[in-house]
Amino acid sequence: MKRKELTCIVCPNGCPLEIDFEETPSIQITRIEGHTCDKGPAWAEQELTRPMRTIAGNILVENGDFPLVSVRTDAPIPKNSIFQVMKAIQSTTVKAPVSIGETLIKNPAGTDCSIIATRHVNPC
Amino acid sequence: MREIRRDLVIIGGGPAGLSAAAAARQAGCEDILLIERDRILGGILNQCIHDGFGLHRFGEALTGPEYAQRFIDDVNDAGIETLLGTIVLSMDHERNLTLSSRKGYTRIRAGAVVLAMGCRERTAGAISLPGTRPSGIYTAGAAQNFINLQNIMVGRRAVILGSGDIGLIMARRLTLEGAKVEGVFEILPYASGLPRNIQQCLNDYDIPLHLGTSVTNVHGKDRLTGVTVAEMNHFQPVPGTERFVPCDTLLLSVGLIPENELSAGASVKMESRTSGAFVDDTFMTSIPGVFSCGNVLHVHDLVDHVSEEAALAGEFACRYLDGGISLADTPISIEPKNGVRYVLPQQVSGKSDFTLSLRVTEPSRERAVWVRDGDRKVARKKLVRLHPAEMIRVKIKKDKLENARKLEVSVE
Repeated sequence: MKRKELTCIVCPNGCPLEIDFEETPSIQITRIEGHTCDKGPAWAEQELTRPMRTIAGNILVENGDFPLVSVRTDAPIPKNSIFQVMKAIQSTTVKAPVSIGETLIKNPAGTDCSIIATRHVNPC
Repeated sequence: MREIRRDLVIIGGGPAGLSAAAAARQAGCEDILLIERDRILGGILNQCIHDGFGLHRFGEALTGPEYAQRFIDDVNDAGIETLLGTIVLSMDHERNLTLSSRKGYTRIRAGAVVLAMGCRERTAGAISLPGTRPSGIYTAGAAQNFINLQNIMVGRRAVILGSGDIGLIMARRLTLEGAKVEGVFEILPYASGLPRNIQQCLNDYDIPLHLGTSVTNVHGKDRLTGVTVAEMNHFQPVPGTERFVPCDTLLLSVGLIPENELSAGASVKMESRTSGAFVDDTFMTSIPGVFSCGNVLHVHDLVDHVSEEAALAGEFACRYLDGGISLADTPISIEPKNGVRYVLPQQVSGKSDFTLSLRVTEPSRERAVWVRDGDRKVARKKLVRLHPAEMIRVKIKKDKLENARKLEVSVE
Protein backbone atom coordinates (compact mmCIF):
# COMPACT_ATOMS: atom_id res chain seq x y z
CA MET A 1 0.00 0.00 0.00
CA LYS A 2 1.13 3.53 -0.77
CA ARG A 3 0.07 6.84 0.78
CA LYS A 4 -0.05 10.15 -1.07
CA GLU A 5 -1.22 13.71 -0.37
CA LEU A 6 -2.69 15.71 -3.23
CA THR A 7 -4.49 19.03 -3.60
CA CYS A 8 -7.64 18.60 -5.67
CA ILE A 9 -7.69 21.10 -8.54
CA VAL A 10 -11.27 20.58 -9.74
CA CYS A 11 -12.59 23.76 -8.09
CA PRO A 12 -11.27 26.76 -6.12
CA ASN A 13 -11.89 24.97 -2.80
CA GLY A 14 -8.69 23.00 -3.44
CA CYS A 15 -9.41 20.24 -0.94
CA PRO A 16 -6.31 18.58 0.56
CA LEU A 17 -6.67 14.85 -0.13
CA GLU A 18 -5.00 12.03 1.75
CA ILE A 19 -5.04 8.84 -0.27
CA ASP A 20 -4.09 5.22 0.39
CA PHE A 21 -3.85 3.11 -2.76
CA GLU A 22 -2.62 -0.21 -4.15
CA GLU A 23 -0.45 -0.18 -7.26
CA THR A 24 -0.76 -3.80 -8.33
CA PRO A 25 -2.39 -5.27 -10.30
CA SER A 26 -3.76 -1.81 -11.12
CA ILE A 27 -4.08 1.47 -9.24
CA GLN A 28 -6.88 1.20 -6.74
CA ILE A 29 -7.73 3.68 -3.99
CA THR A 30 -8.41 1.92 -0.70
CA ARG A 31 -8.99 5.02 1.43
CA ILE A 32 -9.46 8.71 0.65
CA GLU A 33 -10.05 11.59 3.04
CA GLY A 34 -10.36 15.36 2.79
CA HIS A 35 -12.68 15.71 -0.21
CA THR A 36 -15.91 17.65 0.20
CA CYS A 37 -17.66 16.43 -2.96
CA ASP A 38 -17.90 13.39 -5.25
CA LYS A 39 -15.53 14.92 -7.78
CA GLY A 40 -12.57 14.54 -5.41
CA PRO A 41 -12.24 10.71 -5.46
CA ALA A 42 -12.81 10.59 -9.24
CA TRP A 43 -10.14 13.25 -9.82
CA ALA A 44 -7.72 11.50 -7.45
CA GLU A 45 -8.08 8.20 -9.31
CA GLN A 46 -7.45 9.94 -12.63
CA GLU A 47 -4.50 11.83 -11.12
CA LEU A 48 -2.88 8.62 -9.89
CA THR A 49 -3.41 6.65 -13.09
CA ARG A 50 -3.13 9.26 -15.86
CA PRO A 51 -2.96 12.91 -14.75
CA MET A 52 -4.77 15.29 -17.11
CA ARG A 53 -4.65 19.07 -17.44
CA THR A 54 -6.38 21.80 -19.42
CA ILE A 55 -3.87 24.28 -20.77
CA ALA A 56 -4.12 27.76 -22.22
CA GLY A 57 -1.86 29.82 -24.47
CA ASN A 58 -1.84 32.32 -27.32
CA ILE A 59 -1.65 31.96 -31.08
CA LEU A 60 -0.21 34.62 -33.38
CA VAL A 61 -2.77 36.47 -35.49
CA GLU A 62 -2.04 38.18 -38.80
CA ASN A 63 -4.00 41.32 -39.63
CA GLY A 64 -5.85 41.35 -36.33
CA ASP A 65 -6.78 44.22 -34.03
CA PHE A 66 -4.77 42.24 -31.45
CA PRO A 67 -1.47 40.45 -32.21
CA LEU A 68 -2.61 37.31 -30.37
CA VAL A 69 -5.69 35.21 -29.89
CA SER A 70 -5.96 33.42 -26.54
CA VAL A 71 -6.64 29.69 -26.84
CA ARG A 72 -7.17 26.60 -24.70
CA THR A 73 -7.54 22.87 -25.07
CA ASP A 74 -11.23 21.97 -25.38
CA ALA A 75 -10.65 18.90 -23.16
CA PRO A 76 -8.01 17.91 -20.63
CA ILE A 77 -4.83 16.46 -22.11
CA PRO A 78 -2.31 14.05 -20.55
CA LYS A 79 0.03 16.02 -18.32
CA ASN A 80 3.08 14.58 -20.08
CA SER A 81 2.05 16.03 -23.45
CA ILE A 82 1.68 19.63 -22.19
CA PHE A 83 4.96 20.86 -23.68
CA GLN A 84 4.40 19.16 -27.06
CA VAL A 85 0.94 20.76 -27.26
CA MET A 86 2.47 24.13 -26.31
CA LYS A 87 4.93 23.68 -29.17
CA ALA A 88 2.07 23.14 -31.62
CA ILE A 89 0.35 26.27 -30.28
CA GLN A 90 3.53 28.34 -30.54
CA SER A 91 4.27 27.30 -34.12
CA THR A 92 0.82 28.19 -35.46
CA THR A 93 -0.28 31.47 -37.05
CA VAL A 94 -3.86 32.30 -38.04
CA LYS A 95 -5.46 35.12 -39.98
CA ALA A 96 -8.10 37.47 -38.56
CA PRO A 97 -11.02 37.33 -38.12
CA VAL A 98 -11.08 34.68 -35.39
CA SER A 99 -14.26 33.87 -33.48
CA ILE A 100 -14.55 32.69 -29.91
CA GLY A 101 -14.97 28.89 -29.84
CA GLU A 102 -13.42 28.42 -33.29
CA THR A 103 -11.17 25.36 -33.67
CA LEU A 104 -7.67 26.51 -34.63
CA ILE A 105 -5.69 23.25 -34.30
CA LYS A 106 -7.05 19.70 -34.42
CA ASN A 107 -5.38 16.94 -32.37
CA PRO A 108 -2.17 18.85 -31.49
CA ALA A 109 0.75 16.50 -30.77
CA GLY A 110 -1.53 13.52 -31.41
CA THR A 111 -3.79 14.26 -28.44
CA ASP A 112 -7.58 13.84 -28.49
CA CYS A 113 -8.23 17.55 -27.99
CA SER A 114 -8.65 20.57 -30.21
CA ILE A 115 -7.19 24.01 -29.61
CA ILE A 116 -10.02 26.54 -29.60
CA ALA A 117 -10.04 30.35 -29.58
CA THR A 118 -11.21 31.90 -26.32
CA ARG A 119 -11.81 35.38 -27.71
CA HIS A 120 -12.81 37.23 -30.86
CA VAL A 121 -10.11 38.95 -32.88
CA ASN A 122 -11.35 41.33 -35.56
CA PRO A 123 -9.43 42.29 -38.70
CA CYS A 124 -7.61 45.58 -38.28
CA MET B 1 -17.87 71.46 -22.42
CA ARG B 2 -20.70 69.08 -23.23
CA GLU B 3 -23.02 68.52 -20.30
CA ILE B 4 -25.55 65.70 -20.16
CA ARG B 5 -27.85 64.03 -17.65
CA ARG B 6 -28.01 60.27 -17.29
CA ASP B 7 -29.94 58.05 -14.91
CA LEU B 8 -27.33 55.40 -14.13
CA VAL B 9 -23.62 55.72 -14.81
CA ILE B 10 -21.39 52.70 -14.23
CA ILE B 11 -17.67 53.40 -13.97
CA GLY B 12 -15.57 50.46 -15.16
CA GLY B 13 -16.26 47.87 -17.87
CA GLY B 14 -14.64 44.88 -16.17
CA PRO B 15 -16.52 41.98 -14.62
CA ALA B 16 -18.14 44.15 -11.91
CA GLY B 17 -19.30 46.93 -14.24
CA LEU B 18 -20.59 44.51 -16.89
CA SER B 19 -22.59 42.51 -14.36
CA ALA B 20 -23.96 45.63 -12.67
CA ALA B 21 -25.06 47.06 -16.04
CA ALA B 22 -26.80 43.87 -17.16
CA ALA B 23 -28.56 43.46 -13.80
CA ALA B 24 -29.68 47.11 -13.69
CA ARG B 25 -31.20 46.75 -17.15
CA GLN B 26 -32.95 43.56 -16.09
CA ALA B 27 -34.33 45.37 -13.06
CA GLY B 28 -35.89 47.88 -15.42
CA CYS B 29 -33.39 50.73 -15.71
CA GLU B 30 -33.75 52.21 -19.21
CA ASP B 31 -30.98 54.80 -19.22
CA ILE B 32 -27.59 53.26 -18.46
CA LEU B 33 -24.13 54.45 -19.47
CA LEU B 34 -21.15 52.12 -18.98
CA ILE B 35 -17.75 53.85 -19.07
CA GLU B 36 -14.48 51.99 -19.72
CA ARG B 37 -11.02 53.53 -20.07
CA ASP B 38 -9.58 50.68 -22.17
CA ARG B 39 -10.49 50.21 -25.84
CA ILE B 40 -12.29 46.94 -25.09
CA LEU B 41 -14.66 45.71 -22.40
CA GLY B 42 -13.80 42.88 -20.03
CA GLY B 43 -11.16 44.49 -17.83
CA ILE B 44 -8.42 42.32 -16.39
CA LEU B 45 -10.21 39.12 -17.57
CA ASN B 46 -8.86 39.80 -21.06
CA GLN B 47 -5.33 38.96 -19.96
CA CYS B 48 -6.33 36.07 -17.65
CA ILE B 49 -6.21 33.47 -20.41
CA HIS B 50 -6.00 30.49 -18.00
CA ASP B 51 -9.10 28.50 -17.15
CA GLY B 52 -10.98 28.11 -13.88
CA PHE B 53 -13.44 31.01 -14.02
CA GLY B 54 -17.18 30.50 -13.80
CA LEU B 55 -17.40 27.21 -11.90
CA HIS B 56 -19.91 28.71 -9.46
CA ARG B 57 -21.73 30.87 -11.95
CA PHE B 58 -21.91 28.66 -15.02
CA GLY B 59 -20.89 25.24 -13.70
CA GLU B 60 -17.98 25.04 -16.14
CA ALA B 61 -14.35 26.11 -16.15
CA LEU B 62 -13.97 29.03 -18.55
CA THR B 63 -10.94 31.16 -19.35
CA GLY B 64 -11.02 34.87 -18.46
CA PRO B 65 -11.81 36.10 -21.98
CA GLU B 66 -14.63 33.52 -22.34
CA TYR B 67 -16.12 34.49 -18.97
CA ALA B 68 -15.96 38.18 -19.91
CA GLN B 69 -17.54 37.56 -23.32
CA ARG B 70 -20.69 36.10 -21.74
CA PHE B 71 -21.26 39.36 -19.87
CA ILE B 72 -20.20 41.52 -22.81
CA ASP B 73 -22.84 39.69 -24.88
CA ASP B 74 -25.45 40.34 -22.16
CA VAL B 75 -24.61 44.05 -22.15
CA ASN B 76 -24.63 44.32 -25.94
CA ASP B 77 -27.80 42.25 -26.34
CA ALA B 78 -29.53 44.55 -23.86
CA GLY B 79 -28.49 47.53 -25.97
CA ILE B 80 -26.64 49.21 -23.11
CA GLU B 81 -24.62 52.22 -24.21
CA THR B 82 -20.87 51.93 -23.59
CA LEU B 83 -18.18 54.60 -23.81
CA LEU B 84 -14.76 53.05 -24.50
CA GLY B 85 -11.41 54.83 -24.29
CA THR B 86 -12.95 57.17 -21.77
CA ILE B 87 -11.69 57.95 -18.31
CA VAL B 88 -13.65 59.50 -15.47
CA LEU B 89 -11.44 62.26 -14.09
CA SER B 90 -13.55 63.30 -11.14
CA MET B 91 -16.80 62.84 -9.28
CA ASP B 92 -18.31 65.08 -6.63
CA HIS B 93 -20.76 64.34 -3.83
CA GLU B 94 -23.71 65.38 -6.03
CA ARG B 95 -22.75 62.75 -8.62
CA ASN B 96 -21.37 65.21 -11.16
CA LEU B 97 -18.77 63.42 -13.26
CA THR B 98 -16.05 64.79 -15.54
CA LEU B 99 -15.01 62.50 -18.40
CA SER B 100 -12.12 62.69 -20.80
CA SER B 101 -11.80 60.92 -24.13
CA ARG B 102 -10.39 61.67 -27.58
CA LYS B 103 -13.58 63.60 -28.24
CA GLY B 104 -12.78 65.97 -25.38
CA TYR B 105 -14.31 66.63 -22.02
CA THR B 106 -17.87 65.78 -21.02
CA ARG B 107 -19.73 66.56 -17.82
CA ILE B 108 -22.43 64.16 -16.67
CA ARG B 109 -24.95 64.66 -13.94
CA ALA B 110 -25.85 61.13 -12.85
CA GLY B 111 -28.97 60.03 -11.02
CA ALA B 112 -27.03 57.12 -9.58
CA VAL B 113 -23.46 55.87 -9.93
CA VAL B 114 -22.01 52.38 -9.60
CA LEU B 115 -18.29 52.45 -8.81
CA ALA B 116 -16.69 49.40 -10.45
CA MET B 117 -13.12 50.54 -11.08
CA GLY B 118 -11.43 47.39 -9.82
CA CYS B 119 -8.02 47.29 -8.20
CA ARG B 120 -4.36 47.66 -9.07
CA GLU B 121 -1.19 45.90 -8.03
CA ARG B 122 1.19 46.90 -5.29
CA THR B 123 4.45 47.99 -6.86
CA ALA B 124 8.16 47.76 -6.05
CA GLY B 125 7.96 51.21 -4.46
CA ALA B 126 4.97 50.26 -2.34
CA ILE B 127 6.88 47.41 -0.69
CA SER B 128 10.17 49.39 -0.44
CA LEU B 129 11.98 46.81 -2.56
CA PRO B 130 15.69 47.13 -1.69
CA GLY B 131 18.60 47.38 -4.14
CA THR B 132 19.04 48.92 -7.57
CA ARG B 133 16.38 49.74 -10.15
CA PRO B 134 17.36 47.90 -13.34
CA SER B 135 14.90 46.89 -16.06
CA GLY B 136 13.32 43.45 -15.69
CA ILE B 137 11.20 44.16 -12.62
CA TYR B 138 7.47 43.93 -13.26
CA THR B 139 4.29 43.47 -11.31
CA ALA B 140 2.91 40.02 -12.19
CA GLY B 141 -0.14 41.53 -13.88
CA ALA B 142 1.98 43.86 -16.03
CA ALA B 143 4.02 40.86 -17.22
CA GLN B 144 0.75 39.01 -17.89
CA ASN B 145 -0.45 41.91 -20.03
CA PHE B 146 2.82 42.02 -22.00
CA ILE B 147 2.85 38.26 -22.66
CA ASN B 148 -0.86 37.55 -23.21
CA LEU B 149 -2.06 40.71 -24.96
CA GLN B 150 0.98 42.35 -26.54
CA ASN B 151 3.13 39.34 -27.49
CA ILE B 152 6.14 40.66 -25.59
CA MET B 153 8.15 38.09 -23.62
CA VAL B 154 9.42 39.65 -20.41
CA GLY B 155 12.50 37.51 -19.72
CA ARG B 156 14.13 34.08 -19.69
CA ARG B 157 14.99 33.42 -16.06
CA ALA B 158 12.56 34.64 -13.44
CA VAL B 159 12.11 34.96 -9.70
CA ILE B 160 8.67 35.62 -8.30
CA LEU B 161 8.27 37.60 -5.09
CA GLY B 162 4.96 37.01 -3.33
CA SER B 163 2.62 34.07 -3.63
CA GLY B 164 -0.56 35.80 -4.77
CA ASP B 165 -2.61 33.98 -7.39
CA ILE B 166 -1.39 36.16 -10.27
CA GLY B 167 2.21 35.34 -9.37
CA LEU B 168 1.45 31.61 -9.31
CA ILE B 169 -0.41 31.80 -12.62
CA MET B 170 2.51 33.70 -14.14
CA ALA B 171 5.02 31.13 -12.85
CA ARG B 172 3.21 28.55 -14.99
CA ARG B 173 2.73 30.90 -17.94
CA LEU B 174 6.46 31.77 -18.05
CA THR B 175 7.37 28.08 -17.82
CA LEU B 176 5.00 27.15 -20.65
CA GLU B 177 6.50 29.96 -22.76
CA GLY B 178 9.98 28.53 -22.27
CA ALA B 179 11.37 30.60 -19.40
CA LYS B 180 12.95 29.13 -16.28
CA VAL B 181 11.27 30.09 -13.02
CA GLU B 182 13.80 29.82 -10.17
CA GLY B 183 11.20 29.94 -7.44
CA VAL B 184 8.42 31.76 -5.67
CA PHE B 185 9.45 33.58 -2.48
CA GLU B 186 6.84 34.44 0.14
CA ILE B 187 7.66 36.45 3.26
CA LEU B 188 4.73 34.99 5.24
CA PRO B 189 4.79 31.44 6.63
CA TYR B 190 1.86 30.50 4.35
CA ALA B 191 0.99 31.07 0.68
CA SER B 192 -1.48 33.80 -0.15
CA GLY B 193 -2.73 32.15 -3.36
CA LEU B 194 -5.31 29.36 -3.65
CA PRO B 195 -4.09 25.80 -2.85
CA ARG B 196 -5.15 24.56 -6.29
CA ASN B 197 -2.83 27.13 -7.90
CA ILE B 198 0.08 25.94 -5.75
CA GLN B 199 -0.66 22.46 -7.14
CA GLN B 200 -1.33 23.15 -10.80
CA CYS B 201 1.01 26.13 -11.32
CA LEU B 202 4.00 25.29 -9.10
CA ASN B 203 4.05 21.58 -8.16
CA ASP B 204 3.12 20.47 -11.70
CA TYR B 205 6.26 22.18 -13.03
CA ASP B 206 8.58 21.53 -10.07
CA ILE B 207 8.77 25.23 -9.23
CA PRO B 208 9.84 25.60 -5.59
CA LEU B 209 7.82 27.69 -3.14
CA HIS B 210 9.97 29.21 -0.38
CA LEU B 211 7.83 30.30 2.57
CA GLY B 212 9.13 32.70 5.19
CA THR B 213 11.65 33.93 2.62
CA SER B 214 11.96 37.22 0.81
CA VAL B 215 14.09 39.24 -1.58
CA THR B 216 16.55 41.34 0.43
CA ASN B 217 18.53 42.87 -2.42
CA VAL B 218 18.23 43.54 -6.14
CA HIS B 219 21.31 43.51 -8.36
CA GLY B 220 22.06 44.89 -11.81
CA LYS B 221 22.65 48.25 -13.45
CA ASP B 222 20.85 48.27 -16.81
CA ARG B 223 19.21 44.87 -16.67
CA LEU B 224 18.47 42.78 -13.59
CA THR B 225 21.29 40.26 -12.97
CA GLY B 226 19.94 38.58 -9.84
CA VAL B 227 18.41 38.95 -6.41
CA THR B 228 19.53 38.12 -2.89
CA VAL B 229 17.00 36.09 -0.96
CA ALA B 230 17.00 35.33 2.76
CA GLU B 231 14.86 33.61 5.31
CA MET B 232 12.85 36.08 7.33
CA ASN B 233 12.00 36.27 11.00
CA HIS B 234 9.48 38.93 12.04
CA PHE B 235 10.08 40.61 8.67
CA GLN B 236 13.85 40.82 9.31
CA PRO B 237 16.42 38.75 7.35
CA VAL B 238 17.95 35.89 9.34
CA PRO B 239 21.77 36.43 9.24
CA GLY B 240 23.64 33.73 7.36
CA THR B 241 20.66 32.59 5.25
CA GLU B 242 21.27 35.01 2.36
CA ARG B 243 21.92 33.54 -1.08
CA PHE B 244 22.21 34.97 -4.57
CA VAL B 245 19.73 33.82 -7.21
CA PRO B 246 20.71 34.78 -10.77
CA CYS B 247 17.75 35.99 -12.86
CA ASP B 248 16.88 38.58 -15.52
CA THR B 249 13.28 39.03 -14.40
CA LEU B 250 11.59 39.69 -11.07
CA LEU B 251 7.81 39.51 -10.87
CA LEU B 252 5.99 41.03 -7.92
CA SER B 253 2.79 39.43 -6.71
CA VAL B 254 2.49 41.25 -3.42
CA GLY B 255 -1.09 42.34 -3.14
CA LEU B 256 -3.85 44.32 -4.77
CA ILE B 257 -5.24 47.71 -3.77
CA PRO B 258 -8.74 48.93 -4.68
CA GLU B 259 -8.49 51.87 -7.08
CA ASN B 260 -10.47 54.45 -5.15
CA GLU B 261 -9.14 57.87 -6.18
CA LEU B 262 -12.54 58.81 -7.61
CA SER B 263 -14.34 57.69 -4.46
CA ALA B 264 -11.92 59.64 -2.26
CA GLY B 265 -12.33 62.73 -4.47
CA ALA B 266 -16.06 62.67 -3.78
CA SER B 267 -15.39 62.17 -0.04
CA VAL B 268 -17.00 58.73 0.00
CA LYS B 269 -16.48 57.31 3.50
CA MET B 270 -13.67 54.77 3.30
CA GLU B 271 -12.82 51.70 5.38
CA SER B 272 -9.12 51.21 6.20
CA ARG B 273 -9.42 47.41 6.55
CA THR B 274 -10.57 46.89 2.96
CA SER B 275 -9.18 50.10 1.36
CA GLY B 276 -12.67 50.27 -0.15
CA ALA B 277 -15.85 52.16 0.56
CA PHE B 278 -18.00 51.80 3.64
CA VAL B 279 -21.27 50.27 2.36
CA ASP B 280 -24.61 48.99 3.58
CA ASP B 281 -26.42 45.85 2.42
CA THR B 282 -27.56 47.61 -0.77
CA PHE B 283 -23.88 48.35 -1.58
CA MET B 284 -24.65 52.06 -1.24
CA THR B 285 -21.76 54.16 0.05
CA SER B 286 -21.99 57.14 2.42
CA ILE B 287 -23.13 59.24 -0.56
CA PRO B 288 -26.78 58.53 -1.43
CA GLY B 289 -27.07 57.11 -4.95
CA VAL B 290 -23.39 56.09 -5.16
CA PHE B 291 -22.83 52.32 -5.03
CA SER B 292 -19.62 50.32 -4.95
CA CYS B 293 -18.94 46.69 -5.93
CA GLY B 294 -16.29 44.26 -7.09
CA ASN B 295 -12.59 44.73 -6.46
CA VAL B 296 -12.88 48.47 -5.88
CA LEU B 297 -14.98 47.63 -2.82
CA HIS B 298 -12.80 44.77 -1.54
CA VAL B 299 -10.37 42.48 -3.33
CA HIS B 300 -12.04 39.18 -4.23
CA ASP B 301 -10.44 35.82 -4.95
CA LEU B 302 -13.16 34.61 -7.35
CA VAL B 303 -14.65 36.56 -10.24
CA ASP B 304 -17.90 34.60 -9.80
CA HIS B 305 -18.40 36.42 -6.50
CA VAL B 306 -17.58 39.76 -8.13
CA SER B 307 -20.31 39.19 -10.71
CA GLU B 308 -22.83 38.21 -8.05
CA GLU B 309 -22.06 41.19 -5.82
CA ALA B 310 -22.07 43.63 -8.74
CA ALA B 311 -25.42 42.34 -9.99
CA LEU B 312 -26.90 43.18 -6.59
CA ALA B 313 -25.31 46.64 -6.65
CA GLY B 314 -26.75 47.25 -10.14
CA GLU B 315 -30.20 46.12 -9.03
CA PHE B 316 -30.14 48.32 -5.93
CA ALA B 317 -28.95 51.31 -7.97
CA CYS B 318 -31.96 50.80 -10.22
CA ARG B 319 -34.25 50.56 -7.20
CA TYR B 320 -32.71 53.77 -5.80
CA LEU B 321 -33.57 55.62 -9.03
CA ASP B 322 -37.17 54.41 -8.66
CA GLY B 323 -37.27 55.82 -5.12
CA GLY B 324 -37.39 52.34 -3.63
CA ILE B 325 -34.50 52.64 -1.19
CA SER B 326 -35.05 54.54 2.01
CA LEU B 327 -32.20 55.00 4.41
CA ALA B 328 -32.57 53.10 7.67
CA ASP B 329 -33.34 55.26 10.72
CA THR B 330 -31.35 53.03 13.01
CA PRO B 331 -28.86 51.03 10.97
CA ILE B 332 -27.17 48.01 12.51
CA SER B 333 -23.39 48.24 12.42
CA ILE B 334 -21.21 45.17 11.80
CA GLU B 335 -17.72 44.90 13.23
CA PRO B 336 -14.89 42.39 12.84
CA LYS B 337 -13.60 40.94 16.12
CA ASN B 338 -11.22 38.16 17.11
CA GLY B 339 -9.63 36.43 14.09
CA VAL B 340 -11.50 38.46 11.46
CA ARG B 341 -9.65 40.94 9.24
CA TYR B 342 -12.70 42.61 7.75
CA VAL B 343 -16.43 42.24 7.25
CA LEU B 344 -18.68 43.61 4.57
CA PRO B 345 -21.18 45.29 4.51
CA GLN B 346 -20.25 47.46 7.48
CA GLN B 347 -23.85 48.45 8.12
CA VAL B 348 -27.30 46.97 7.36
CA SER B 349 -30.91 48.05 7.64
CA GLY B 350 -32.01 44.76 9.20
CA LYS B 351 -35.06 44.79 6.94
CA SER B 352 -33.84 42.18 4.48
CA ASP B 353 -31.67 39.06 4.26
CA PHE B 354 -28.09 39.67 3.21
CA THR B 355 -24.77 37.91 2.71
CA LEU B 356 -21.85 38.80 4.92
CA SER B 357 -18.41 38.64 3.27
CA LEU B 358 -15.34 38.34 5.46
CA ARG B 359 -11.70 37.34 5.60
CA VAL B 360 -9.86 35.77 8.50
CA THR B 361 -6.52 37.05 9.84
CA GLU B 362 -4.65 33.73 9.76
CA PRO B 363 -5.02 30.12 8.58
CA SER B 364 -6.76 27.69 10.94
CA ARG B 365 -8.77 24.46 10.94
CA GLU B 366 -12.07 23.28 12.36
CA ARG B 367 -13.36 26.65 13.52
CA ALA B 368 -16.65 28.47 13.28
CA VAL B 369 -17.51 31.98 12.24
CA TRP B 370 -19.83 33.47 14.85
CA VAL B 371 -22.11 36.44 14.27
CA ARG B 372 -23.49 37.84 17.51
CA ASP B 373 -25.67 40.69 18.67
CA GLY B 374 -24.36 41.18 22.18
CA ASP B 375 -24.67 37.71 23.71
CA ARG B 376 -27.31 36.59 21.23
CA LYS B 377 -26.34 34.24 18.39
CA VAL B 378 -27.35 35.57 14.97
CA ALA B 379 -25.51 33.08 12.78
CA ARG B 380 -22.79 30.47 12.98
CA LYS B 381 -20.96 28.80 10.13
CA LYS B 382 -18.68 25.84 10.75
CA LEU B 383 -15.67 25.52 8.47
CA VAL B 384 -13.06 22.79 8.04
CA ARG B 385 -10.36 25.08 6.69
CA LEU B 386 -10.07 28.83 7.08
CA HIS B 387 -7.52 30.80 5.10
CA PRO B 388 -6.91 34.55 4.57
CA ALA B 389 -6.75 33.86 0.79
CA GLU B 390 -10.31 32.54 0.75
CA MET B 391 -13.23 34.86 1.28
CA ILE B 392 -15.91 33.45 3.56
CA ARG B 393 -19.56 34.24 3.01
CA VAL B 394 -22.31 33.84 5.59
CA LYS B 395 -26.01 34.26 4.84
CA ILE B 396 -27.89 36.27 7.46
CA LYS B 397 -31.68 36.09 7.81
CA LYS B 398 -33.59 39.29 8.60
CA ASP B 399 -35.74 37.56 11.26
CA LYS B 400 -32.58 37.14 13.34
CA LEU B 401 -31.98 40.89 13.32
CA GLU B 402 -35.01 42.15 15.24
CA ASN B 403 -33.96 44.86 17.69
CA ALA B 404 -30.30 44.23 16.86
CA ARG B 405 -27.96 47.20 17.34
CA LYS B 406 -24.48 45.98 16.58
CA LEU B 407 -23.29 42.70 15.11
CA GLU B 408 -19.87 41.34 15.99
CA VAL B 409 -18.16 38.71 13.84
CA SER B 410 -15.44 36.45 15.19
CA VAL B 411 -13.66 33.14 14.58
CA GLU B 412 -13.84 30.66 17.47
